[in-house]
Amino acid sequence: MKKTGAQIVVDALVQEGVKVVFGYPGGTVIPIFDVLYDTKEFTFILTRHEQGAAHAADGYARATGEAGVCLATSGPGAMNIMTGVATAYLDSIPMVAITGQVASPLLGTDAFQEADIVGVSRSITKHNFLVKNIADLPTVMKQAFHIARTGRPGPVLVDVPIDISRAVLENYEYPDSVSIRGYKPTVEGHPKQIEKVAAMIEAAKRPLLFAGGGVIAAGAHAELKELAEKTNMPVTLSFMGLGAFPGNHPLFIGMPGMHGGKCANRVFQECDLIVSVGARFDDRVTGFVARFAPNAKIVHLDVDPASVSKIVKVDVPVVGDAKRILIALNKIVKPRGADKWTESVMEWKGEKLFSYQPSDTEIKPQSVIEKLYQITGGNAIVCTEVGQHQMWTAQYYKFDKPRTLVSSGGLGTMGFGLPAAMGVALSDPGCPVFNIAGDGSIQMNIQELATISINQIPVKLIILNNAYLGMVRQWQDLFYGKRYSSTCLRKGRDCAGCSDPSQCKKLYTPNFVDLARAYGIEAFRAESPADVEKTLRAGMAVDGPAVMEFIVAQEENVYPMVPAGKSLDEILEG
Amino acid sequence: MGATQTHTISILTENRSGSLSRISGLFSSRGYNITSLSVAETEDPATSRMTIVVTGDASILEQIVKQLNKLVDVIKVVDFIDEPIIERELLLIRVDASKSNRHEIVETANLFGAGVAAVSVGAVTLELIGTTQKIDDFVMMLKPYGIKETVRSGAVAIAKPKK
Repeated sequence: MKKTGAQIVVDALVQEGVKVVFGYPGGTVIPIFDVLYDTKEFTFILTRHEQGAAHAADGYARATGEAGVCLATSGPGAMNIMTGVATAYLDSIPMVAITGQVASPLLGTDAFQEADIVGVSRSITKHNFLVKNIADLPTVMKQAFHIARTGRPGPVLVDVPIDISRAVLENYEYPDSVSIRGYKPTVEGHPKQIEKVAAMIEAAKRPLLFAGGGVIAAGAHAELKELAEKTNMPVTLSFMGLGAFPGNHPLFIGMPGMHGGKCANRVFQECDLIVSVGARFDDRVTGFVARFAPNAKIVHLDVDPASVSKIVKVDVPVVGDAKRILIALNKIVKPRGADKWTESVMEWKGEKLFSYQPSDTEIKPQSVIEKLYQITGGNAIVCTEVGQHQMWTAQYYKFDKPRTLVSSGGLGTMGFGLPAAMGVALSDPGCPVFNIAGDGSIQMNIQELATISINQIPVKLIILNNAYLGMVRQWQDLFYGKRYSSTCLRKGRDCAGCSDPSQCKKLYTPNFVDLARAYGIEAFRAESPADVEKTLRAGMAVDGPAVMEFIVAQEENVYPMVPAGKSLDEILEG
Repeated sequence: MGATQTHTISILTENRSGSLSRISGLFSSRGYNITSLSVAETEDPATSRMTIVVTGDASILEQIVKQLNKLVDVIKVVDFIDEPIIERELLLIRVDASKSNRHEIVETANLFGAGVAAVSVGAVTLELIGTTQKIDDFVMMLKPYGIKETVRSGAVAIAKPKK
């Protein structure tokens, strides 16, 4: 069949079963957009910024497990998706990013809107392609989806010069299969290694099961639960793993690490075996590595061999797909009853994993999140931006099911949540979609309120407004002598410095409620604890998008906290 | 941190524009130091062979090999640390030579099995193929004459045939 390059790009998306594409047009992708004009097989969502398109594609991927797709023009358009691509890369999210490029003969000439995007994106993509010959385009598209989805998932970028989009391929056929000699991810775990793991679990006196985002990526949550229940191992989940094991399960001991619970951190330090599944021992989890889990042998199940022994020395590695490995392991592992170790862990866990000082006079940000969990019963997908509100969400919302927390864990990208929530909502998850945001983060991609409004995407936006860049302010409070340098969002050039922000008479800019209404979105504000539930219910009752702003305690800190570079037993509590 | 070792790593990769920068970029972005890197097409024009000499402790080297294997363009990675290899490097070196000492320089070259690539007024250009150690030794011997310029190819290596 005869097709242009632009038609091939679009047909490949159809063949790959893509349901929604996010993007923004520009000079070098006009041929592709011209094809999209008649495309009925998938929805195209015009965002208001290319970064929004990348995060929306990412959010869609996190909610569904399918590859998210975004499309941007060359130069600035492509540069604007880079933050989104890096975000997906750090969290191993499958994504295919398609960028336009200047015509091949102009490559390298500093042509208008030219950026060497394969060069720029090399270290933040799983792989990338610059298409120089239209005959390669079908295979490149097929390979891009294959690489993005398989093994340890990740973003793949395809850079398409405009002359390739315009060129015609006489005998187009979309390939059925794909084979790349340099890319053969290991799927099956080695049976001998799995036997060793079973033996180590049997021999351990104080075992701990530690799971991460890899369990969610592999869809191995049911198998993880089976292993935990069969062996009575306490379970901790990295931030990226939240939802991989029910947050309300008796064996769940909370998230570990910098803002993890005391119980999980203590169990890390006291256990004699860590069975890690799809977690990469990020520095936010381990704290000071040399003093991390001093008594523990480490078993590491991971699809990426390079994750094994990268940070901590592993005793038994098993490389492969988490689901397959866990199925094999569950068959041979000996059941363990609850014992003294389980008992002491449950004692450390106590009644509540996290707690804060409630207040009758000001809204505690944690209380909003707790209330949201109560009202939704966990039947929702919660996106977040990055900062204090993100950590409070991890602490106070119980994620009972996989793919219910959508948040930038690795890169920590402010501005991620709102566009990601659009992507989630457009995947028709069959439950409400929230974005919990701080007043700082939300302003980084707030233009997407227009996309949300115009397309009536049912995103419920919760803004916890403390008028600060709270997480940085917290570090300044704790480690920089309360010198709040550029973290107060009310501060202008006329501010001479202030000692008591609660006395500040300046108005917060923008007025989020007015702003939301300007975008045509219903908005509500809560200023006192008595309004919290009412406001949440009002926002949820709206048919379509809604904005709920909560004026919260300004100088609330996230506790517990293991300061950067300290070991997991050096915990600060409020 | 363990003891630092020097490793010779052989990489078979797709012969594509971008493959080299993917590999060299990996070294720079992850903070690994390359001592030398040499690359050329193999007998199959679709593939290139790269020989990289790196230093680092065992855990860094393990990471390097794993990260290289992760690259989609990389077909095969061999770390020659536990394998007997034949390793060679090419040296071109130009040294100051007067009428009076030219003979002596050429004699030194002969001792190493080096050849004379060019002779000009006041200088002689020598070529030598050998192990990195041998080339280091040769350069040291020529130092007293005054070295104008040295160019080294970096090591290339191949496994010794199994008996």
